[in-house]
Amino acid sequence: MTARETILAALRASGAEPVPAPPHPVPVKQGDPVARFLESVTAVGGQSYRVPDLAALAAGVAKLPAWSSPRRVSLVAGIPGGTVDLEAVDDPHELADLDVAAIPGELGVAENGAVWLKGESLGPHRAVFVIPEHLVLVVNAADIVNDMQEAYGRITLPRPGYGVFVSGPSKTADIEQSLVIGAHGARSCAVFVVG
Amino acid sequence: MIHSHPDKARAFVADDERAHWHDKALWFVRVKRDRGAATVPEWEALRTAAEGIKAHTLSRLGAYLEEFEAKAAANGIQVHWARDGEEHNRIVHGILERHRVSLLVKSKSMLTEELHLNPYLEARGIEVVDTDLGERIVQLAGEPPSHIVMPAIHRKKEEIGELFHEKLGTPKGLSDPTVLTGKARVHLREKFLSAQAGLTGVNFAIAETGGFVVVTNEGNADMGTTLPRVHVASMGIEKVIPRLADLGVFLRLLARSATGQPVSSYTTHFHAPLPGGELHVVIVDSGRSQMLSEAHRRKALSCIRCGACLNTCPVYRRSGGYSYSYLIPGPIGSVLGPHRDLAGHASLPFASSLCGSCTDVCPVKVDLHHQLLVLRQEAGEEKLIPLGKRLGMKAAAFAMARPGLFRAGGRFARWVLRAAPGLARFGPAAVWLRGRELPEAPRESFADLYDRETAGKPEERS
Ligand code: SF4
Repeated sequence: MTARETILAALRASGAEPVPAPPHPVPVKQGDPVARFLESVTAVGGQSYRVPDLAALAAGVAKLPAWSSPRRVSLVAGIPGGTVDLEAVDDPHELADLDVAAIPGELGVAENGAVWLKGESLGPHRAVFVIPEHLVLVVNAADIVNDMQEAYGRITLPRPGYGVFVSGPSKTADIEQSLVIGAHGARSCAVFVVG
Repeated sequence: MIHSHPDKARAFVADDERAHWHDKALWFVRVKRDRGAATVPEWEALRTAAEGIKAHTLSRLGAYLEEFEAKAAANGIQVHWARDGEEHNRIVHGILERHRVSLLVKSKSMLTEELHLNPYLEARGIEVVDTDLGERIVQLAGEPPSHIVMPAIHRKKEEIGELFHEKLGTPKGLSDPTVLTGKARVHLREKFLSAQAGLTGVNFAIAETGGFVVVTNEGNADMGTTLPRVHVASMGIEKVIPRLADLGVFLRLLARSATGQPVSSYTTHFHAPLPGGELHVVIVDSGRSQMLSEAHRRKALSCIRCGACLNTCPVYRRSGGYSYSYLIPGPIGSVLGPHRDLAGHASLPFASSLCGSCTDVCPVKVDLHHQLLVLRQEAGEEKLIPLGKRLGMKAAAFAMARPGLFRAGGRFARWVLRAAPGLARFGPAAVWLRGRELPEAPRESFADLYDRETAGKPEERS
């Protein structure tokens, strides 16, 4: 028997009684999701900004200290000023010294400040969300949901199936429980809510 | 017994200052967990749902694994099956060999610790670098992790500075966590950029969509899977969940239970290989199907490895991760180790106060302290308890069944403790008294006091 057959046979023989799948609880809504989202982003170590429109978004991003560094990628239609064209990069290793990337988010989650980035939004190199020193994420106010359960109600994974929730900058507390921002990924994470 | 918990804990508890420091550090995490849980009004309902989803999944695990396999294959993921560690390691090595991998970057996976993957690959000439900061620290120190979420929680920052000086050539005397993390970032970046393959664990595999989720705070799993073109993910058979929407329940619980965070920094959903790359999933049994077949052990397979039961456990906090004979320490390890090999880990079910705090904090409601109690009974039946303890229990059972004898015994013990308190240090309770002070023995027992207070008041003697 192959390993597969052996394991599946053992599972079939395990004699576990059928147990029905339980319903999921209905989350209590806690206040205005956009306000909560902005707060959560700050709580997880990011910076949050609310801007009324794309012009204000472009102006806000231009003012970020991180955006003044030389190697910039913009995958957001409303943010001009990118200096690195991902399509011209063959190998993600060439992104090792990328300073900052601006990426559009599909939705934001009020309870934890997470922004859902779907694979298609990352351009040709998935590494773009984790390799730069700084991250700028943009999400529409209309796309803020209350919690993760609501988020999964909206998420689809079309091919190539890839997606990631990013909640604030990269961090670690592995040395004596001291929180340090910027472990392997971005050292800062600015999140703009538009609308 | 060479592997007994009290023996293995001796060195740790001898350093009083460090033991207290460890205790406090873990309690701090437990408090953060409480604060995180309190922000979710439906917390208890979520725990019940998570418990139910796991029970449901385990009741038709084979079917869900087959569904996962078929959907994953349709997504271009190559699925492998391994009965045990040897088979798993051989499969992983085969993949790496085919791609001529000389450097593998790994993110945290307790499963590969269990299967001893690192030494297997190293013996075959592959450099394996653990990239989670805590894991890298213990790897450089040549130690196993002492906690499943915070592998280097037992190490002080000065010691880590010294270790980095020795192994990474950083200046002597560094102890600032930010500076040390910065050094590790530079060191590990170079590894990420030169590795030819990345290996991760799997937090959840989704049957419905044929993909899986890996969570980290550091982003190390993401660096390790977006730069090298080959990604191998190792998962135990119990990691599968039915639907994508179930993640909504588990992810609301996981990070809050682990560290008090509302969610981890990166929650990555893998449903296809990198363009031009390969994605392999190795599904491992390694004793899990056996545990599934025994109804009273089954629930231990629901564990999502959040570490909350370790952080809350008074025994873990005060004895440290290395006092446990099984590679997973704390209450869940004291359940899993003996479930696999009771004789090898016979002292672990006793490394608990049975206070039940582990069961209370567990996000999937594993009945930890009940399982520990059952394991104690099994250890008793199989005569795996040290003779002294066994005779002591027999004597206690004999006396407790005879109230007159029990009271007389109590009177005698109180007299001895008052007359010669030092004597107890040589008796059967000697282990217990290591590092503890006995309170002064009272003159009368509770029963005496009760009799006196209620004498002539029959209405109060209910
Ligand atoms: S048994 Fe429960 S509390 Fe302990 S690590 Fe597993 S999920 Fe967390």
